[in-house]
Amino acid sequence: MLAFIVRRLFQSILVMLAVGFIAFSLFNFVGDPVNNMVGIEATIEERERMAKALGLNDPFPIQFARFAGNALRGDFGQSYRLSVPVEEAIGERLPATLELVFVAAVLALAIGVPLGVYTGLHREGAVSRLLLTTSLIGISLPTFLIGILLILTFSVWLGWLPSFGRGVTVNIGWESNLVSWEGFRSIILPSVTLCLFQLTLLMRLVRAEMLEVLRTDYIKFARARGLTSRAVNFGHALKNTLVPVITITGLQIGSLIAFAIITETVFQWPGMGLLFLQAIQFVDIPVMAAYLCLVAFIFVVINLIVDLLYYVIDPRLRLDGGAARAH
Amino acid sequence: MTDPVPLLQVEGLRVEFPTRRGVLVAVDGVSFHIDAGEVLGVVGESGAGKSLTGAAVIGLLEPPGRIASGQIRFEGQRIDNLRPERMRRLRGRSIAMVFQDPLTSLNPLYSIARQLTETIRTHLDLDEAAARKRAIELLDEVGIPAAARRIDEYPHQFSGGMRQRVVIALALAANPKLIIADEPTTALDVSIQAQIIALLKRLCAEHGTAVMLVTHDMGVIAETADRVAVMYAGRIVEVGDVQQVIGDARHPYTHGLMGSIPMIGHDVERLVQIDGAMPRLTEIPAGCAFNPRCPRALPRCRSERPELVSAAGAQVACWLFDGAGSDR
Amino acid sequence: MNIDTGHPPETAAAGLLARAADRLRRFFDSDIFHSFRTSPVTIAAFVVTMVCFVAAFFAPWLAPHNTNDVATLDLMNAFLPPVWMEGGTWDFPLGTDEQGRDVLSAIMFGMKVSLIVGFASVLFSVVLGVGLGLVSGYVGGRLDHFIMRVADVQLSFPAVLVALLLFGFAKTILPRAVQDDVALLVLIFAIGLSNWVQFARTVRGSTMVEKNKEYVQAARVIGRRPLAIMFQHVLPNVMGPVLVIATISLAIAILTEATLSFLGVGVPPTQPSLGTLIRFGNNFLFSGEWWMTIFPGVALVALALAVNLLGDWLRDALNPKLR
Repeated sequence: MLAFIVRRLFQSILVMLAVGFIAFSLFNFVGDPVNNMVGIEATIEERERMAKALGLNDPFPIQFARFAGNALRGDFGQSYRLSVPVEEAIGERLPATLELVFVAAVLALAIGVPLGVYTGLHREGAVSRLLLTTSLIGISLPTFLIGILLILTFSVWLGWLPSFGRGVTVNIGWESNLVSWEGFRSIILPSVTLCLFQLTLLMRLVRAEMLEVLRTDYIKFARARGLTSRAVNFGHALKNTLVPVITITGLQIGSLIAFAIITETVFQWPGMGLLFLQAIQFVDIPVMAAYLCLVAFIFVVINLIVDLLYYVIDPRLRLDGGAARAH
Repeated sequence: MTDPVPLLQVEGLRVEFPTRRGVLVAVDGVSFHIDAGEVLGVVGESGAGKSLTGAAVIGLLEPPGRIASGQIRFEGQRIDNLRPERMRRLRGRSIAMVFQDPLTSLNPLYSIARQLTETIRTHLDLDEAAARKRAIELLDEVGIPAAARRIDEYPHQFSGGMRQRVVIALALAANPKLIIADEPTTALDVSIQAQIIALLKRLCAEHGTAVMLVTHDMGVIAETADRVAVMYAGRIVEVGDVQQVIGDARHPYTHGLMGSIPMIGHDVERLVQIDGAMPRLTEIPAGCAFNPRCPRALPRCRSERPELVSAAGAQVACWLFDGAGSDR
Repeated sequence: MNIDTGHPPETAAAGLLARAADRLRRFFDSDIFHSFRTSPVTIAAFVVTMVCFVAAFFAPWLAPHNTNDVATLDLMNAFLPPVWMEGGTWDFPLGTDEQGRDVLSAIMFGMKVSLIVGFASVLFSVVLGVGLGLVSGYVGGRLDHFIMRVADVQLSFPAVLVALLLFGFAKTILPRAVQDDVALLVLIFAIGLSNWVQFARTVRGSTMVEKNKEYVQAARVIGRRPLAIMFQHVLPNVMGPVLVIATISLAIAILTEATLSFLGVGVPPTQPSLGTLIRFGNNFLFSGEWWMTIFPGVALVALALAVNLLGDWLRDALNPKLR
């Protein structure tokens, strides 16, 4: 068990190093940092001095180590576009994105899993077929279009919900949309937009896994022992679908963070995604690098949590002694 | 002699699979009975319909498979048309089943204790502690060493043979009157097969449980069964006392089957082999299904289908034994 | 002079024809065709896909207006609603945008861009994925381990994000002057690169199975080049799954392109795709000119849905076990 976690941690560090390296290359090779700092009109001496001050004449490994050290402390330098430290710009917008992703993930899980179980159990039913067809439409609807349709319906035509921005937020250590009804109104449309695609995906996945598990011998044997349908379907079958579902859910949360870029653009939601998109358009390299590292970090953490959850669910991985006992 | 009402009575069972190329008849007019405490061996090649017959009896045919006609009676009561909930209560309580592969028969995510107590408490009115006590006794009975300790382990911590013992314990959990054992040893090591068969035989004898033993292994049948039914292409071709059928097979197919078993002490030049293969369900010939491979086929065999008739202690479906007195 | 092949040309042609007819008959008798014929949804999806293809690739001849030619635009026609609404005209059946551009024609030309980017990027994914999968499965060892680790890591990053990052890279590397010219290529490259993993995994799996089969060993013994054998034997075996993945990838690629274009990092505004049209139209959503957004959106969803449905059907038809 410990060995497994250590190995996983080691892999995570490798991934982070790789991503850090990409971000570092962005800085040093892609954009010309001196140009970015002093401007094109600077003299050669000024450039030299700047290069020296930035340590650009140092050997490559030392530069990378310095970058990594700074990154660990959350220091990615100044944003070219906003002229504030990158960590400040991101720190300000992180809660907005995380709240959005959180609400969307909860919605997707709370609706997607039950629907998947239902359609898996009643595969020939009319409701299931309807849900499946609808879900295919859901997969074919790009996130931004969902957002536009929701805005058109609920903001433009019905005028029920706000269509952009965070509206009223309350400071609870961070600016939050979740503690007041006024604030919550603003997060409804963006989070529904963000969750819809993941919801349909989750539903289809749970359904497929249910169908797979229901064909297994141990489900047949459970039926042959006369266990109630409830015990068979929700006890034995559902639990066995959890491992793949958790994997995908982990991936999905990553996707949610990525798709937040789109949702935030549609709803002008002041989160990290919007910041990142603007950074790409304005070639704001420090912000791009920081965003890349932060997102990679979040993904790595999620993957670690997913691995740990496997342990909780699947006894086969929990083996303390190592190999299975034989008789 | 046998009871007036046998434990299980199957009459004219027909199992069909509708497909888009027409209806496949996988089990065709099968009739047999099992008495209380008796072991009936059902033997045949794979695809002969023996497993489906077992699944039909316990009401677990996979859709689109369905019972098209015929009756299944358990203790004199029809069970083939029971409502799903009534049938569920019967399963495990009165009729249990053991599957082929112990490696996949147990839910990998639950401990043995949980799977046993769950089954026990579904059928018997016991609290958790009493159910656990019974579970440990059952594991003891099926020969799991240190049952009280190992009960909290998970399936993957047991070897194949041990798992099949757990499966048998699960099948016996509520003291059923009939166990359908579907190739219970096929997936096991040869060295362990005999142990498991012996265990099954001993436990059923002790509990007075009848067994429908589905297998393609004539050796297992010879050792275990009281009577044997031979199936070919969805039909029973011969049924009778095990000694009778093994020692003096009537149907040419059974005869061929017996001839293909090596026996110690019998000095034969070479084992007999039946030419050809069992027809696919889509291509079952008219008349007797075995006629294209039968060394002694008559013209009649190609057009008319033989029914089971009594022939010296056994029942045979073969035109060679039409009417009393006729013989080879 | 023609060397005699043993058959007079007529019989050879007849033989060929007979064989073709036989193939055709077998195709119409096949399970795949049967499942197609008996599924109205699939037929509808096929028809919609075909309509989209024809409308897109014959746009220069079919479209009522040439929206790429600025000279034909007339600001007098700006903001016209669809024909069935007050003020709409048959000249512009689905209305016009702020420059008086015909929405229907814009959709047809936009769909062409979307389809070209979609097909090209899937082609790129297939070549890259199948190639890497083949090499990974055949060579094995460290190379295999490395490729699969990269695949794992990339798979945990959503395609849109990967494409967005690659696009950001390209934008920083390339001089500003050429950016618009190569934008389409960059887009194809970025989307293609974000989608290769599934192909690689599928092909790798089959390759590993196939390479241990006896005929491959035998072919190696007689000195045939292993990679040639792989191409000859593995590829035909994985064409089914690859086709299914490619179909679904096409839908994904089209949607990814639309998303990137919507975000303003996709195709240049001079060659508007469906996503670009939606992006432009979105600016006028609040003033009530919904048709500039909704119609391109409907076209996009119809195309993606139809392709998805075809992919779904194909997967079920090739893999009856999964039903």
